[in-house]
Amino acid sequence: MLSTYPGQPAVDHPVSAPIEHRFDPYVDNGGTLLSIAGDEFCVVAADTRQSEGYLINSRYVPKSVKLSDKTVISMGGCYADCLTLTKRIQQSMEWYHHAHGKTMSTAAVAQMLSIMLYQKRFFPFYSWCILGGLDEEGKGAVYTYDPVGSYERESCRCAGSASSLIQPFLDNQISFKNQETQRRNLSLEQVLRITKDSFTSATERDIYTGDYLEIFVITKNGVQVQKMDLKKD
Amino acid sequence: MTSRLPQTKGGFNFDNYVRNAALEGRGLAVPKATKTGTTIVGLIYKDGIVLGADTRATSGPIVADKNCEKIHYLAPNMYCCGAGTAADTEMTTSLISSQLELHRLSTGRQARVDTAMTLLKQMLFKHQGHIGAALVLGGVDIKGPHLYTIAPHGSTDKLPYVTMGSGSLAAMSVFESRYKPGLSREEGIELVKDAIEAGIFNDLGSGSNVDVTVITSERVETLRNYARPNERGIKEASYKYPPGTTKVLKTSIRDLMDISETVKVATTEAMDIS
Repeated sequence: MLSTYPGQPAVDHPVSAPIEHRFDPYVDNGGTLLSIAGDEFCVVAADTRQSEGYLINSRYVPKSVKLSDKTVISMGGCYADCLTLTKRIQQSMEWYHHAHGKTMSTAAVAQMLSIMLYQKRFFPFYSWCILGGLDEEGKGAVYTYDPVGSYERESCRCAGSASSLIQPFLDNQISFKNQETQRRNLSLEQVLRITKDSFTSATERDIYTGDYLEIFVITKNGVQVQKMDLKKD
Repeated sequence: MTSRLPQTKGGFNFDNYVRNAALEGRGLAVPKATKTGTTIVGLIYKDGIVLGADTRATSGPIVADKNCEKIHYLAPNMYCCGAGTAADTEMTTSLISSQLELHRLSTGRQARVDTAMTLLKQMLFKHQGHIGAALVLGGVDIKGPHLYTIAPHGSTDKLPYVTMGSGSLAAMSVFESRYKPGLSREEGIELVKDAIEAGIFNDLGSGSNVDVTVITSERVETLRNYARPNERGIKEASYKYPPGTTKVLKTSIRDLMDISETVKVATTEAMDIS
């Protein structure tokens, strides 16, 4: 490149300003998910709205995926990361099946997911995971994770954009916190009622929750899926 | 009796500005104002103006009010839709409303829409966008129907159909496809309702119900909750519990007492004025 001014060196860039190489690979796609463990069943539920800022990308993008007849995974956060993580889990489960000739147990998937998340400790998957299913004894199991792999088995958990609205409600209704009444095991019907009420109420107050609710019920007979409408505003 | 406290003059009080800036610099979270991440619209039809608004107010991702009012009264012949910081739209419109009433009393004439527009834009420009009010102003005066948008920095537009707020793009897409000059009252209201509903369903900052106000040279119709497309579903379970379900940890009962005082007025002798 030739210089326009005599005595000035020719440069490629007319202005020498520092160029910022910032890379922002995360986006929050909103949405809420929850899982409740019963005596011999497990419920995994999530809304199906996918959003970015004030925009709705889609009204129906499922957050939960059936991994086996005994295990369902549900994820919220950055949808791209959730999609990749789900694929990795599914492929590892397939390899396990080929190597050992049996399906991975819920507890084994749970531990594997923790390792997968921690492997990316310094460039994490932006995903809030809840794994629901039945354990080796046929009892309901819920495993919850943070984005870098800390995990714990619990009886109920809510994650995602309306988690701070729903979790206290579950603590009271499922774990009987702040109630003097005798703790009792809830039936599947009761748990489904509480699940539906959680989501219709969260839809009222959280702008990122809405459109449809997809509920996975895991029993010894396998996984059943039911859908219901939520408000679309 | 006059107060011994210093009387405040009109306008904003900036006493805590330096202190708050210092606190903010040390990482203290700034209190969040309620926003009406809104859809507001207006159009000119055959006989006047139709204004419309949704009814959702938000504070970040949380819905603060499910059925708030965003169409504000300015004068008998003028109304103003507000988007942005809820407090700013409410205070600005009520301040200008009172100035317009004083103006009407002083001139003895009905206030004009461009007078209101000028008062609003001068107020907003003076504060350089710090008053977060985005407005749709509509009214009918001696010169006919007028419709304006006023942006937070004070710029204005005079157009036959306008939208504002976070749902403005969704609403404008409806107007751009269906608006035509000389709409009837029914067509105008229907188009405004559909534009607001486009915002309600496609913009997360907007939601709940549709409010409509129709202004003609004769009268104003306020159609509060003209459409209610988002009724809450019925809850599946009952959440009524007998008293004592939650443990009482401590009880302390304080009796209210009547405290009375008798003051004996001392009778003084008459002053010696001889």
